[in-house]
Amino acid sequence: MIAELGQFLLILVLCVAVLQAGLSAAGLYLKDPAVFGFARAGALVQFALTLGAFGALTWLFAVSDFSTLVVAENSHTDKPFIYKLTGVWGNHEGSMLLWTLMLTAYTAALAWSSKAVAPRLITLTFAVQSAITAMFAAFLLFTSNPFARLWPAPVDGRDLNPLLQDPGLASHPPMLYAGYVGFSITFAFAVAALIEGRADVRWARIVRPWALTAWTFLTIGIALGASWAYYELGWGGWWAWDPVENASLLPWLAGTAFIHSLRVMEKRDTLKAWTILLALFTFSLSLAGTFLVRSGVLTSVHAFAVDPQRGVFILAILLALIGGALTLYGLRAQTLRPTGTFAMVSRESSLLVNNIFFAAAIGLVFYGTFYPLFVTTVSDETLTIGAPFYNATFNPLMGVLFLAVPLSGLMAWKRAKLGQLLKTLSPAVIAALTAGVIAAWMANAQPVTSALGVGLGIWVGAGVLADLRSRIKLFEIDFAASLRRAAGLPLGIWGMLVSHLGLAVLIIAITGVSVWKQETRAFLSPGDSLELSGHVVRLDDVVRLDEDNFNAAVGRFHVTRPGGSEHDVVASRRFYPVRGMYTTESGIDANFAGDVYVTIGDLVEGRGWPVHVYLYPLAIWLWIGSSILALGGVLAILDRGRRSLSSRKQLPGAST
Amino acid sequence: MNRVIAFIPLIAFAAMAVYFWMGLRQDPSEIPSQLIDEAVPAFDLPAIEGFDQGLSHEDIQGEVVLLNFFGSWCPPCLIEHPMLMQIARSGEVPIYAIDWKDEPGAGAAWLERHGNPFVRIGDDQSGRTAIDFGVTGAPETFLIDRNGRVRYRHVGVITEEVWEDTLRPMVEALQRS
Repeated sequence: MIAELGQFLLILVLCVAVLQAGLSAAGLYLKDPAVFGFARAGALVQFALTLGAFGALTWLFAVSDFSTLVVAENSHTDKPFIYKLTGVWGNHEGSMLLWTLMLTAYTAALAWSSKAVAPRLITLTFAVQSAITAMFAAFLLFTSNPFARLWPAPVDGRDLNPLLQDPGLASHPPMLYAGYVGFSITFAFAVAALIEGRADVRWARIVRPWALTAWTFLTIGIALGASWAYYELGWGGWWAWDPVENASLLPWLAGTAFIHSLRVMEKRDTLKAWTILLALFTFSLSLAGTFLVRSGVLTSVHAFAVDPQRGVFILAILLALIGGALTLYGLRAQTLRPTGTFAMVSRESSLLVNNIFFAAAIGLVFYGTFYPLFVTTVSDETLTIGAPFYNATFNPLMGVLFLAVPLSGLMAWKRAKLGQLLKTLSPAVIAALTAGVIAAWMANAQPVTSALGVGLGIWVGAGVLADLRSRIKLFEIDFAASLRRAAGLPLGIWGMLVSHLGLAVLIIAITGVSVWKQETRAFLSPGDSLELSGHVVRLDDVVRLDEDNFNAAVGRFHVTRPGGSEHDVVASRRFYPVRGMYTTESGIDANFAGDVYVTIGDLVEGRGWPVHVYLYPLAIWLWIGSSILALGGVLAILDRGRRSLSSRKQLPGAST
Repeated sequence: MNRVIAFIPLIAFAAMAVYFWMGLRQDPSEIPSQLIDEAVPAFDLPAIEGFDQGLSHEDIQGEVVLLNFFGSWCPPCLIEHPMLMQIARSGEVPIYAIDWKDEPGAGAAWLERHGNPFVRIGDDQSGRTAIDFGVTGAPETFLIDRNGRVRYRHVGVITEEVWEDTLRPMVEALQRS
């Protein structure tokens, strides 16, 4: 009964979305204000209906209704209750429903918050959003129905893939989707601006918080995915340049370029056509990220199912949305005339450089992700592109880009003075060079890479601090006055500074984790220990643990660090009988210096337990750095600007 | 902005869409191997770190064998692994393996942790042998007859059904012939 209710609600979503998309478009021709009201109400109704459908599916999982196909295939009565709930999106159908729920949630949030936006623009935006919702509701109903029945119902389900029974999975896809889907709003605004033939400073200000919200969610989502891979896959691989990881990185790169160029548009009323194009690209890449993975076009370690019918439907959606938007762009882009100009040395030109680098980075990752597929399609050859390719191309490119980060933050809009800039940044130069030399000297491996990584990180970090110092005139005026200046800095500026600081932390953490990692392994019996660079790992004992849905051999270890600090860690090896699968639960002793990462395997008679120990220096800073990065996004979202958006007056292309 | 330039994104997308469509029409598991009924490509791979014996094409002559491409980096291989263990325990057909593009030591550690169903393992760090076999992804398994000819190629995880319905009957038929 509940399944039928869910299906019925989903059909209603489709009807309302089609109706709204059609009516909004029609209303614009008729210039009937009633339509604008309907647009808002319709957005809220779509959200309520989708929430109902999602609630229905959650209920089916919660009560383990195995007469529903997805529940039977992905759940089990013995599964812990929390994973029954998160299992709702641990499968294709449920995750698509979650995607649609997010989409309608964003539309509803837009309806809630956009009273100040001009009626024509907002109605067009709702029309585009509803069209997207309609496509996905149709996709769900026709190819991925989460409420399909299974008859006769099996006695028990096939359980969720144990790799996915993890807190990381519970939070990773919703965050990632909130990021992907958030860019639908900026996409819809961009399409609306193209139809209107007008994108101005005001447009940029309306769009900015949405872009930042999506970007922040995507940042958190990617970080959660990386930490899930780090903890769950059993060897600390937090990033492997897997096509599916790249699929989330591509919209992130495009989105990052977008929020930077949006700033130029907001401040200088220029780069319009480019900013609009980035808005379109970002969501296109988000769509590609979700669906190329799902359709089986990308064969990768993540691909769960190959289903050609779904693939064709997905491709049709991509064609309609991306193809349609880009056609519109071709027809209308030249109507967006910039009013600002560019000076060689200015923040806008440095942000343009930023955008060029990001565009190149997107190109590289795109090439690395899709070229192997292309080769297999057109010939019998196969090839894979992995980490060495990205290390040789993407990393240097990003390195050069990071050099420019402090410069850009310090440059004034319109015209900056280079000499002043270098004077402000000279402490950062010294700090970076010193740090680089120290890193090369202390590094246990690859001194040059170490020096470059650490030097760059310190350069960005110290550059950000120098930027802050010059903004609040610290050490130039008295301290209390500096504090007052700091309190008076716009939140947007704080957001930029904090994000860039997070970036600095990330650069150093990535250097530590990937360049300085060490590993060793041995067979151990209880009482034996293993030594790696002064870290002693002793296996105390191994006990057997029987849970409802898995059993495990649990190894208890004692870790002694070179400094003498001691900790107990537990690593286990789980067997999930329903799927006949093993998972590795690593034991990690983490502190700010780095992680001692321990895994245990199956007992080999006569030799002992295979134990693998890795040292990941600075690993915890990956998560701290990503959090700071995301925090910067949050701060920038909170910046509402000095003038209220609700004033009817058009804003001049002002600069600070 | 120039009218023509504004259409470049659309043209690029159109080209990509055509190629995605081509990609879609190919179910990767249905690509027939170029190697069917051909002799296996010659290879001579060193042992993976922690093992003594490597693997060459001469090692798999004279009996019906399965040759499995795997990697410790490959989650589906982990899903497939219990099935391979079961086949190995049943003793019906020996399984040889090529550890594809793995970091030194990672393959051995993986086998220690999950058990080793393989008779011998070759280390294909460069991925060269995988290219010779036309491997599109891991796991992938080749059925090779007594004369060293490839008789069947399975792309993806060997599930219970694949083994019972496809591979096992072929293995038995080849062993009888």
